[in-house]
Amino acid sequence: MPVINVEDLTDLDKAKMEVTQLKIEVKLERAKVSKCCEEISEYIQSGADEDPLVKGIPEDKNPFKEKGGCVIC
Amino acid sequence: MGEMEQMKKEAEALKTQIEAARKAAHDTDMASAASGVAPAPRVQLKTRRTLKGHLAKIYAMHWCTDNRLMVSASQDGKLLIWDSHTGNKVNAVPLKSSWVMTCAYAPSGNLVASGGLDNMCTVYNLKTPVIKTVKELDAHTGYLSCARFLSDTEVLTASGDTTCALWDLETGKQKTVFLNHVGDCMCLSLSPDMNSFVSGACDSLAKLWDIRDGQCKQTFLGHTSDINAISFYPGGNAIITGSDDCTCKMYDLRADQELITYQDAALNSGVTSLALSMSGRLIFAGYDDFNCNIWDSLKGEKVGVLSGHDNRVSCTGVPPDGMCVCTGSWDSFLKIWN
Repeated sequence: MPVINVEDLTDLDKAKMEVTQLKIEVKLERAKVSKCCEEISEYIQSGADEDPLVKGIPEDKNPFKEKGGCVIC
Repeated sequence: MGEMEQMKKEAEALKTQIEAARKAAHDTDMASAASGVAPAPRVQLKTRRTLKGHLAKIYAMHWCTDNRLMVSASQDGKLLIWDSHTGNKVNAVPLKSSWVMTCAYAPSGNLVASGGLDNMCTVYNLKTPVIKTVKELDAHTGYLSCARFLSDTEVLTASGDTTCALWDLETGKQKTVFLNHVGDCMCLSLSPDMNSFVSGACDSLAKLWDIRDGQCKQTFLGHTSDINAISFYPGGNAIITGSDDCTCKMYDLRADQELITYQDAALNSGVTSLALSMSGRLIFAGYDDFNCNIWDSLKGEKVGVLSGHDNRVSCTGVPPDGMCVCTGSWDSFLKIWN
């Protein structure tokens, strides 16, 4: 891959780069936000039951529970 | 009309088209869509460990895939490898340059990397009898803000020179340069399937890139200042960003737009770092005001705070098994909470 020297880019180069990129992005097919929200919501909720920081961790299963006795961290 | 004028005109027309297409897809927002969802419980996490050992500001931390070891980087010129369960330091890696801004643990656990104002990403082997420098990845013309291993042979970097790069660790050379941002790149996050990554930059944009063909596929607008932190969502279809504009945002890749903004009128400090809980329900965002706020990602509400640091929270991380959250601070301490 040719070495791109970013410092050599002129304002015109950057403007052309922007237009090239926008031409790619204008063609994107966009899904409805309602559908996306629903899917994300379902995904998260299905995982939340197993999420230790959401449901809490029982003391005996907590690898980070405070050590007893005289321990210097 | 000069060429520059023509380009500007063309760009404006395309941007208007894109905005209209996004608007047409915008039939609701996340807060409305999730109005029927029960709120996340109020989250009260306790500090379980305070890791003391660094002598200056901590700038970065990263969990190992074993859910136990982690690496932290400080401008005291050291990387420290910690056993989070015992709180003990396992290794110390002295850095050639103390101006470190990022660190990373390879998925294998064999290698770690660091980088910063030296414009380089240095890779170290932790498994040799004495820790050895494996490679110095030297080609960026600006500071190294973030590095992530894809494997023991490939590293992704983000730089203040506005580019990101994919490196071959065997040759030490850049395989691909990702050029499209017009501001310093500050952060990156790999997709769960490792085929793409997202970057956040000082041009206030987040961009999605295809790792193999080097192309920018999508650009996410909305922030009004530098994006300092970015993370892929566990499912891979959404990303979260954190910015100097004091907000975090969730963007959906398929809708190609913002779904929700996490903000509070009382919050006027920039977001420095963020991490997601295992399911993605909770967002842990570190701020300049010394706190780490916990957001319910679906409802957009603040559900908790991690207070305890005496200076800016500069980095946060949740291990793969989701059993805790780690915060690192300019106060030189790391804290583990659950």
